[in-house]
Amino acid sequence: MASMDNLREKIKSKRKALQASLAVSSEVTDTRGLVVEEIENGTRLENATIVEEIQNEDEQVENLKRTMKAQRQRRKKMLIDDVGLHPEGSIQEMNVITHRQRTLPSLPETTPRTSFAEYSMREKMREKLKAARSKAQSAIRQEEASAPARRLTRFKDQESVTRFDTEVDDDEMRRPRGDESPFPSSRVRFREIANKAKREAQDELPSAETTYNFFTFNFDPEPEETEAETIKEKQPETLPKIDQEEEEEEEHDEDGEESAVTKEVEEEEEEEDRPLVKDNGEDEDDYLFIIGQTARDFLVVKAPDYESYHSQRQKDRKFLFTPSILTVSTSEKVPENMQPRFLEDEGIYVGERPKVSKSNQNILENRLLKNEEGKKWFGSDGRIIALANPIKRTQTRPSMFSLHEKVDPAIETLYKKAEKSMYDNRYIAGSAELQGHFQLDIDVAGIAFTHHPMFSREHVLASKLSQLYDQYLFRQQKNLANLYSDKLCALRNAVKNITDDRHVKSSVAQRRLMEYKSEIRTIRRMCHMEQEKDWTLLKSLAKVWKDIKSLREFQKFTNTPIKLHLRRQEINRKADEISYECEIQTEVAELLEDYQEEYKNKMEEYKIKYEEWKAWRKAKKAKKKKNKSADEQQVDDAEESSIVEEFPKPDPPEQVDVLLIEQQVRATAARIRRKPGEPVLAPELSMTATVTPTSQCPRGEQLRRQDVQRSTLHTKVIFNNKEVSRTSSRTLASDFKVHFGQIFNVQIVNWPESIKIQIFETVGISTTKVEVFVPIPETSVLTGSVPIEEIEFSSDHRVMFDHEGVGSGVPFSFEADGSNKLTLLTSGKLACCVSWAVSEDGVPLVPPIFEQNIGIQSALKHMDAILSIGASGLTDTKKLAKWAAESRLDPNDPSNTALMQLIMSTTGEAQEKDFFRLEQLQEEFNFVSEDDFNKSKRFRLLQLRNEEVAEFHNYKQVPILDREISEKIFQEYEKKHREKDVVDMTSHLDPHRALVARFLQKVRDSVVSRFLLAKHHHVLSDMVVEEAVPSISMLGISLFKLTEPRRPLRPQRKERKKVTAQNLSDGDINLLVNIIRAYDIPIRKPIGSKLPLTSRSARSINETFSTSQMPQSPTQSHEWFTNQTSVRPFVEVSFQRTIRQTATAEGPNPNWNEELELPFRAPNGNYSTANLQSVTDEVFINVFDEVIYDVLEDDRERGSGVHTRIERHWLGAVQIPFSTIYSQSRLDGTFRINTPPVLLGYSKERNLSSERGWEAVRSLSEGSYLSLFITIEPHLVPGESANEKFETQEDEKLLQRAEKFQKEVKQKFPNRRCVTLATDLTGKLVFVTRFINPLFPPQELLDAFPNDLEATTELVARYVSLMPFLPDSISFAGICDLWCTSDQFLNLLAGDEEEHAVLLCNYFLAMGKKAWLMIGTAIPEGPTAYVLTYEQKQYVIWNSTTGQYYGQFDAFCPLQSVSCLVSADNVWFNMQKYDTVTRIHFDTSKSNFWKPFFSRSFPFPGLSSVQPEELVYRRTDKAAAVELQDKIEKILKEKIMEWRPRHPTRWNRYCTSTLRQFLPKLELSNGAEVGIDHCAELQSLLGDYRISGFPINLSFSELRPIVEAVHSTGVHNTVIPHVEFALAVYVHPYPNNVLSVWIYVASLVRNR
Amino acid sequence: MFTGKPSVFLLMVNGQIESADFPEFDELYCKYSYVYGHDWAPTTGLEEGISQITSKNRDCNQHFVWNFPMEITFKSTNPFGWPQIVVSVYGADLFGNDVVRGYGGVHVPTTPGRHKRTIPMFVPESSSKLQKFTSWLMGRRPEFTDPKVVAQGEGREVTRVLSQGYVTISFNIVTKDLKKLGYDSIPTNSHNPVLSDV
Repeated sequence: MASMDNLREKIKSKRKALQASLAVSSEVTDTRGLVVEEIENGTRLENATIVEEIQNEDEQVENLKRTMKAQRQRRKKMLIDDVGLHPEGSIQEMNVITHRQRTLPSLPETTPRTSFAEYSMREKMREKLKAARSKAQSAIRQEEASAPARRLTRFKDQESVTRFDTEVDDDEMRRPRGDESPFPSSRVRFREIANKAKREAQDELPSAETTYNFFTFNFDPEPEETEAETIKEKQPETLPKIDQEEEEEEEHDEDGEESAVTKEVEEEEEEEDRPLVKDNGEDEDDYLFIIGQTARDFLVVKAPDYESYHSQRQKDRKFLFTPSILTVSTSEKVPENMQPRFLEDEGIYVGERPKVSKSNQNILENRLLKNEEGKKWFGSDGRIIALANPIKRTQTRPSMFSLHEKVDPAIETLYKKAEKSMYDNRYIAGSAELQGHFQLDIDVAGIAFTHHPMFSREHVLASKLSQLYDQYLFRQQKNLANLYSDKLCALRNAVKNITDDRHVKSSVAQRRLMEYKSEIRTIRRMCHMEQEKDWTLLKSLAKVWKDIKSLREFQKFTNTPIKLHLRRQEINRKADEISYECEIQTEVAELLEDYQEEYKNKMEEYKIKYEEWKAWRKAKKAKKKKNKSADEQQVDDAEESSIVEEFPKPDPPEQVDVLLIEQQVRATAARIRRKPGEPVLAPELSMTATVTPTSQCPRGEQLRRQDVQRSTLHTKVIFNNKEVSRTSSRTLASDFKVHFGQIFNVQIVNWPESIKIQIFETVGISTTKVEVFVPIPETSVLTGSVPIEEIEFSSDHRVMFDHEGVGSGVPFSFEADGSNKLTLLTSGKLACCVSWAVSEDGVPLVPPIFEQNIGIQSALKHMDAILSIGASGLTDTKKLAKWAAESRLDPNDPSNTALMQLIMSTTGEAQEKDFFRLEQLQEEFNFVSEDDFNKSKRFRLLQLRNEEVAEFHNYKQVPILDREISEKIFQEYEKKHREKDVVDMTSHLDPHRALVARFLQKVRDSVVSRFLLAKHHHVLSDMVVEEAVPSISMLGISLFKLTEPRRPLRPQRKERKKVTAQNLSDGDINLLVNIIRAYDIPIRKPIGSKLPLTSRSARSINETFSTSQMPQSPTQSHEWFTNQTSVRPFVEVSFQRTIRQTATAEGPNPNWNEELELPFRAPNGNYSTANLQSVTDEVFINVFDEVIYDVLEDDRERGSGVHTRIERHWLGAVQIPFSTIYSQSRLDGTFRINTPPVLLGYSKERNLSSERGWEAVRSLSEGSYLSLFITIEPHLVPGESANEKFETQEDEKLLQRAEKFQKEVKQKFPNRRCVTLATDLTGKLVFVTRFINPLFPPQELLDAFPNDLEATTELVARYVSLMPFLPDSISFAGICDLWCTSDQFLNLLAGDEEEHAVLLCNYFLAMGKKAWLMIGTAIPEGPTAYVLTYEQKQYVIWNSTTGQYYGQFDAFCPLQSVSCLVSADNVWFNMQKYDTVTRIHFDTSKSNFWKPFFSRSFPFPGLSSVQPEELVYRRTDKAAAVELQDKIEKILKEKIMEWRPRHPTRWNRYCTSTLRQFLPKLELSNGAEVGIDHCAELQSLLGDYRISGFPINLSFSELRPIVEAVHSTGVHNTVIPHVEFALAVYVHPYPNNVLSVWIYVASLVRNR
Repeated sequence: MFTGKPSVFLLMVNGQIESADFPEFDELYCKYSYVYGHDWAPTTGLEEGISQITSKNRDCNQHFVWNFPMEITFKSTNPFGWPQIVVSVYGADLFGNDVVRGYGGVHVPTTPGRHKRTIPMFVPESSSKLQKFTSWLMGRRPEFTDPKVVAQGEGREVTRVLSQGYVTISFNIVTKDLKKLGYDSIPTNSHNPVLSDV
């Protein structure tokens, strides 16, 4: 507004100036009008200036156009602005609206066409004109009167109903209103301007001022105004035009385009304009006004469309249908020509309809009838079909009575003691009352396959043979043939007796005789049959055995131990022949008798027939005669004769030939019996044949046998379709029999419905399943009295092999040519038995009602309704059904459903069960059968990947076809699976280690699986990145930050942003290693000077082995060193096979200050927290000395060329596991470099000259140190240890106290770790003090230095430090810290700091020292446990994992802070201000320094220790150690050669043997003084050689770390020609398989 | 080309992120990326992209039009883990901070042909009123740790989101060997590729 004011002021001043310059000619009103217009449209200042410059007329025109355009544009903007203004000042707006509304009726457009049409055009126009005129007049008057006032109101920010606003609104409306309501003021103005223009045109000399006036005036002159001006004269002409225009607008209305599209409006406007142009065509100036149209020209403002209610109704009527509420007559609803039928009247049950109001029903009926198929909704009674009212009259739920009055009975709670509801109606009724459960004993004895896919051909035959033999034995046992023949004998005797008694010829005897004879006949037949069977069996036995023999011969190996002996039983030939003959004779006689009898019968028959025939012939002949006489009758008789003629002439029965019969009998006898005189053959099957060993078999057979060995079998016992147990899996024996011999006692609560035994056979990955149903035993079948049954099973599973196995369901042949194919299916026998168990007191555990028929039981169960009818009705369902049929029960009546159901069920219709299964459609959704699923490698791979099995996790692109998946993928996985049980000796060297590894793997697996579940649990911060709410302090800090300098002089480390590991990928993570400096690097032995002997350290408790100070060897050649510096160390960091190194610095205290960046790659590209935690990679930081040798051959060339060789000599290493860096996120400190005890050619020199304070402190400790800073970029969030509540056996009070204690101290010192409860190996929480208990170290160690306590102490510490180290975070993926007891630790021989410290502490306690377990943080390992001892008024800190010890004020003590002390009876928490070791008082009696856990208020309850009373140590086998030693040496030598692929590796045997002698000494002395002698000796022996090498000492756990350690030294990297190597290994056994491994590696170069 | 049975099928996606509808914001740009299973691998094309900043259309429906093309071909052996496109829209807030305006994802259509997808967009909500205020003040709205979480179900139960607007994407899908490998994604009743708008 201010700018507007300014502007206006400017304009005003300008205008005043103008006015002044002008003559009096211009009128005041004009100016005023101008001002007003200017105010309305904003500034015209530029226009004014432009216009003033115009000189000639052409330019004038041009400018005119331009300004017009500009004006219009501006006006357009204005319009928009105006629109934008509207939402403000609502009150004014209201007034404006009312103002507008007043004018509304006069606008023709607002009235809809229908009503508008009624008005006469002319009348309206006249009215409007009148209104316009009066308005114009009043406006002029008003303008004259209140021009300044108006201006005022406008400036006053629309305090009241400003005229400006109304004007703007009018402005808007003016355009569509067009000529009807011209704005009088502007019109007047225009007229004046026009006059002026005319005048000026006459003058032909327009002054700048006039043009200015002209233009500025005319921004508003709408062409309509000209029209309006002429309207009075040209009314008749304009009227039709208006009409047209209105019509057009109405057209728009009809189109519904209320928001007029600009384009169309434009056209419309053009049309509108055209006549105007014509009107004012003569005036060129006027014509210019219409060049280009403004938005205002195109806008059409009009009232919204209105359609009358009436017309809308009419329109609606077309589309809408309103159903009437009148009743529909029944005739309309019933099909035509039909009478409504009322079923209820006819006596059929019709349920009660639900209540629907009459009107609603009518509406529905009307609606339905409107539809085409509406009638189908109506029943035959003409009413809408409806189901019966489902609402029951009676309450089904028992009404509730509340004890408490005010509580709603529905929500009242009732206390009821929890009950075990073990049985519902699906279970055995009444079993709850009985004390015992019911028990089925399922004995799965074993499986014997009668055919198996892996049978070889020989097996097939063998099984056939054994089957036949079984059959034979069975038959032999039954001996039916003998039985029958005996019976036959008896019968014959009986017959003989009867026939002998000739005198008794009674009918009874006759009949008996007949009976006997017929019996004899049948028995004989059966006897023959049996005999034949026996005989064929015998024959086939022999044949199969022959087959086997020939097969064995053919295939040249024997597969089965089966062997058949045919035992000949010689018999008296004569007697046999006689008996044979006799038997045949009797048989012949009998047969003869039979035949004769038969003949007799037949003869009689024949005779009768013959008689008949004769009679018939006679009659025929007679007839023939008759026929001849009477031809006429011929036809009639023909029929008769034709019938009679068929009577055949009976043949006389043949006489039986005795010989023939005898022949027959003999033939049969020969077929079915052995020949007389032949020995009786008794087959005997034995398993004595020797099976050819596998190695001698052809390949196919070998494969088959391997396969057989691979296949395992197990069975599942499935009771009522639920697996209840399974047998252990057994491998298939070579005879295809599996013995399980397991008895499952199944305590049942369910009705036994089915017992099924599933046999699973697993060969490699594929599993086949066979089901065997076992009958549910009778109640009388009790355990102990049942023999094992053999249940046969078979499977049609098709199996094919490419080896000797014949497969199953696959045709194969025994013949060479492949003919005579045989197809066998897998089959076998399952030996098992099921019986009811008998309880101890002899009561059978059989359910009582089980004796009844189960069928009725289940029927009872399913139909409750029947129970209500009563048992009597139930007993005779047929009767009931009959009754139902008789009484004509309405089957539709719901109350009868139960009855109908029963009837239906008894009449045999299957009844659907009432229960449902959750996955009843599972079968249908299985897109592949289970077998195929198990067989498919692809599915298996997918499944394993889904289960996140480590090998397959993140496996990319599982091939789509089975054949593309190689077996190799699974091999490793399977191997791992198999190896779970098989101890692999080769890779671990030591079986004990393997066992430990296996155990740890098992523990790890179980923990990991628990952890996997927790991994899928997310919190908000995992998903959403959100700024934390700033607290007041944070705000304060951030405010403070504003003032702080941009680049502070002492910058502080900023806390980096933490990154959740899950969304990282390869290459995102770098390991930053900042190597700052090193102290006391061993230096090369100075030339020609003898070293001062070791300055013994001034430590109080003992004298440690000082680092080797080797005397200068006399043979050492001095040309080696071309440079003068004592050492040129550089640091090489290797991590995950990436190697970075620093620049070379000089001197024993080098300063590098270099940052090395090493990329980190997680295994499998999986950056999840769990995976990162289990990364076992280590960062190797090696310190090397760069030695430069001059290899210049000729001294004369020295001036012209440089020939040097750079060699690197390993000085020491620091190893930091990645897990430590990950869990601590950064490591910062000074680390001790692990230098070998002897470094050939190097010595530790004390810079005696600089014996200043710092040096003095440092010299207290030996060894070299390296200052490092290691971190991971970006900052990874270390995994939270899963805070699971482990179960515990501790006292509740103690737990509470522990919790309270921890909370208290946590509040005060959040950074200090308080350990009160530890998790033991079984996952239970145990109070820490229980781990501390004096335990004696091995007696050997105590005896080693009987008089030297210090040496013993050191030895014990060394012993403990030799126990292999295995961090928990690796084995248990950061889930929890597990503490082993010392015996477990000794057994496992693997543990982390806690185990080592606990063991050491226990040893110390046993040795009578004052010792504590110290919980704190140390540099490389982070949170850790050390041991504190109090000796000779000094506190000594022991690092149990290295065996090192430090005084309290040792500057290089790796222990950084102490938070807790643990003894056997108390835990103290450090309450001192500082926690660094040097600043701590270790006096635990002061409770303000050390807060005790057990104090007077909570005394020590006397917790017993979890440690054993005594540790049992096994003596280590010395021979094994030697063996191991050789093995390691061999492997290392191989490795070194392997690492030098391009160079020959020579071994210097002499040196090796020398080195080997040193190693035991090193072990004994811990590498101290021996070094000196050793070096001297070595140098004297190998004078000609330049040796660089060193011994490494390691504790033995596995071979891999040893190899790694040797590799990391880089001794093998020498490329000097003619280099020789020496390697010696020594394994020193300590008790309990603790082994100390010494490796001496050296490279030798012959001096020139 | 060998004539044997193919071992992978190919899915070619090209299309464009056409427009968006975010009623309250202006000057937006979007990023897209794909999330796919282990068995999928992009062979050609761009796996992710970032569009130009677009201003609101001045007409009444005020769409943001990017017309940002994308083209990628995947090969796969398993329809499990079918690719999903994840779109996240960003824009400057009142103070000029770049804030996320919406996340959304949709499966790439499985049937060949032309498809249009409208993805509802959402942003994670602040966990408290105060945080909402401070995040507004500091211009650090809550964001997903990884936009790809919108294509996954795991862990979503801990988030609360607010719906923001819509993004419309058109896809042209071409598949190869899908049917040969036994995956029939085209309905049998239509003979020619469907031109369906969804």
